[in-house]
Amino acid sequence: MTRPATEPSLPSETPVVRGDSPPRPPAVEVEGLSRRFGRRVAIRSLTFALHDGDCLSVFGPNGAGKTTLLRVLAGLLRPTSGSARIAGVDLPGGAAARAVVGLISHQSMLYSALTALENVEFAAKLYGVSAPRQAAFRALERMRITDRADSPVRSLSRGMQQRVSIARAMVHDPRVVLLDEPYTGLDEVGAAALTDALHALKRQGAALILVTHHLGEGLALATHTAIMREGQFIEYAERGSVELDAYRDAYRRAVGQ
Amino acid sequence: MSTTGVPGMLAAAALIARKDLAIEFRTRSAFLAALVFSLLAIVIFYFAWDATAVSAADLAPGVLWVIFTFSGLLGLHRSFGVEEADRAIDGLLASPVDREAVFLGKAIANLLFVLGVQAIAIPAVALFYNLPLTRVLAPLVVIAVLAAIGLVAVGTLFSAMAANTRLAELLLPVLALPFFVPIVLPAAQATARLLSGRPVTEALSWLRILIAFDIVFIVACALAYPFTLED
Amino acid sequence: MTSSTRAERTATEYAGPSTRSDGGVDWLLIVAVLALIATVVRAVAFTPIEVAQGAAQKIFYIHAPSAFIGLYVAFGLVAVSGALYLWLRDERLDRIAASSAEVGVVYTTVVLVTGPIWGKPIWGTWWTWDARLTLTLFLWFVYVGYLILRGAIEDPGVRARYSSVLGVLGALLVPFIHLSVYLFRTLHPMPIVLKPSEPSLPPEMLTTFFMALASFALLYFALVRARYRLAGVLESLEDDAVPEAPSVGPLRAEPVR
Repeated sequence: MTRPATEPSLPSETPVVRGDSPPRPPAVEVEGLSRRFGRRVAIRSLTFALHDGDCLSVFGPNGAGKTTLLRVLAGLLRPTSGSARIAGVDLPGGAAARAVVGLISHQSMLYSALTALENVEFAAKLYGVSAPRQAAFRALERMRITDRADSPVRSLSRGMQQRVSIARAMVHDPRVVLLDEPYTGLDEVGAAALTDALHALKRQGAALILVTHHLGEGLALATHTAIMREGQFIEYAERGSVELDAYRDAYRRAVGQ
Repeated sequence: MSTTGVPGMLAAAALIARKDLAIEFRTRSAFLAALVFSLLAIVIFYFAWDATAVSAADLAPGVLWVIFTFSGLLGLHRSFGVEEADRAIDGLLASPVDREAVFLGKAIANLLFVLGVQAIAIPAVALFYNLPLTRVLAPLVVIAVLAAIGLVAVGTLFSAMAANTRLAELLLPVLALPFFVPIVLPAAQATARLLSGRPVTEALSWLRILIAFDIVFIVACALAYPFTLED
Repeated sequence: MTSSTRAERTATEYAGPSTRSDGGVDWLLIVAVLALIATVVRAVAFTPIEVAQGAAQKIFYIHAPSAFIGLYVAFGLVAVSGALYLWLRDERLDRIAASSAEVGVVYTTVVLVTGPIWGKPIWGTWWTWDARLTLTLFLWFVYVGYLILRGAIEDPGVRARYSSVLGVLGALLVPFIHLSVYLFRTLHPMPIVLKPSEPSLPPEMLTTFFMALASFALLYFALVRARYRLAGVLESLEDDAVPEAPSVGPLRAEPVR
């Protein structure tokens, strides 16, 4: 991949105006973000912005900082320096920012003794969704797991738990969805349901950040791609310009360095 | 999607408390364990003492409050254990509710748990040790509630910390027991006064310590809780 | 690891341990030990024997200073450092707290051991629930809990935060123990014991007492400082093991062709 002749897209530019809608602050705005744990630097001065309808797929080896980045954007970790904003709201301490974010992480974040529906309904109430039970049911519907709605989560297989976890993350129609390897453990039905749900979210104007090892799945949804290594984006591209095979080679090169 | 608005601190705490109680009710294992432990301990203590040397009425306050602490520990332990299992705590922290609401909600659930065990243990002690319970029931309930509040304030915080460590079950008692002494001592002393028929006013100075402890530690532990979260 | 990254590390905001007497001799510690020996010699050979209690009273010169320093100075430092750490998040404060706790637990153990040794010939019992011994016992438990807590956590950030919280709460506990014991003793008259006379010591004893206090204090500071330096060295050794990531690629996300 060669360096561009085009201008870089910097967060300081005015947000892109789509259609007739008035300019909104970018869904995700990260500037000089760093996060360290003691002396270990997990994220090193990261800067990027995402607008409504964007999907950023982040690839990279283990330990690159991808999960840390998602945890910072989810409000679970504070930046050590720099800033992160969700829908214009500063992250550390910003409950209003957390209210529009949905997180799917490595662990299910479910209560194994409660049923699938109860778990998602609880999340809906936490986010202040009106008619939480119906919203929970609809979320389970989108992930095609309503038949197990009244089963305790502990009785569900890993793949089904993953689907419930995804339903939980989306029950409040988040504006930003952070997904950490969401396809893990999903079967055909689950993967198809997830892809459909993500497309629907994109159409509604949500911004997605998808961390995945699976290049094919990552590229299918992406409007932007990034390869993360040792806390930095070492490649960042708009999807339209990237093909799967070329990207695979570039990824191997970038990671193998 | 329309929202009714993110729940405020108290509403969120109530929500979390309800969720914790729903989980406990679903499995009931911790509650039953605490209950059975209490009853067994009550019986064992009775036989461990020489009934001719020490009257049951003298023994009862001590037994009651010792059991209270240890059965309380059983309940406290499961409080954050359930959040650790699948990192459900992340789900709570990534949501827009206040961090303090998480503490408050869990503390309320723990309080109801402890009071639930007490509601059965106290009559059991009265039964096995032949205590004139009805006479002193009202003040005893007050003492029980105050003691439970103190236990739960400190215990919820420490169980949040202990859940994150390697030695969770061992660490919680080691950390918490020194802090339980200013609860157990006044409670036991006040109970002893009541049971020996002394006027309630004598127990008051002990109750004042208990109330002061409750106030100080509810505030301190609620303020300390956000520091125990990864940040 | 390149030399530039090592230089980079020394310029970070976390300063390394004080290296003032690295490789050299710890003069403070030597002076403190000598002072202590001098005090013991003076106490045994050159201080008059107290009339009522006999030779056993001389343990007082170890017992009382240890109590004062172990309970108030050492634990006070643990609590204050902890509180400051929670505010400033400087890891050096946590190291101070931990060092003070380790030395403090030793001093309180000395109090708990010398108390009965002193008490048996005088009071006839090994243990008495008098105010100071009881408080010392509780603080000893809190110290031990503090050290066990630190031992059970590997992540230095979590360890520091949890220890600080425990330190501050422990300090809050002290007045309640005082209050409980005081109330207990006023309502339960204990057998009258010969209260060792402290304030009204004759001049030679007073001098010995102050010498003892000074040497124990000196020893305390020397030990804490030595422990602090050791902790600093250990931490920087651990950090050497974590590889610094080399700077790779652009820091800003620019769309690539």
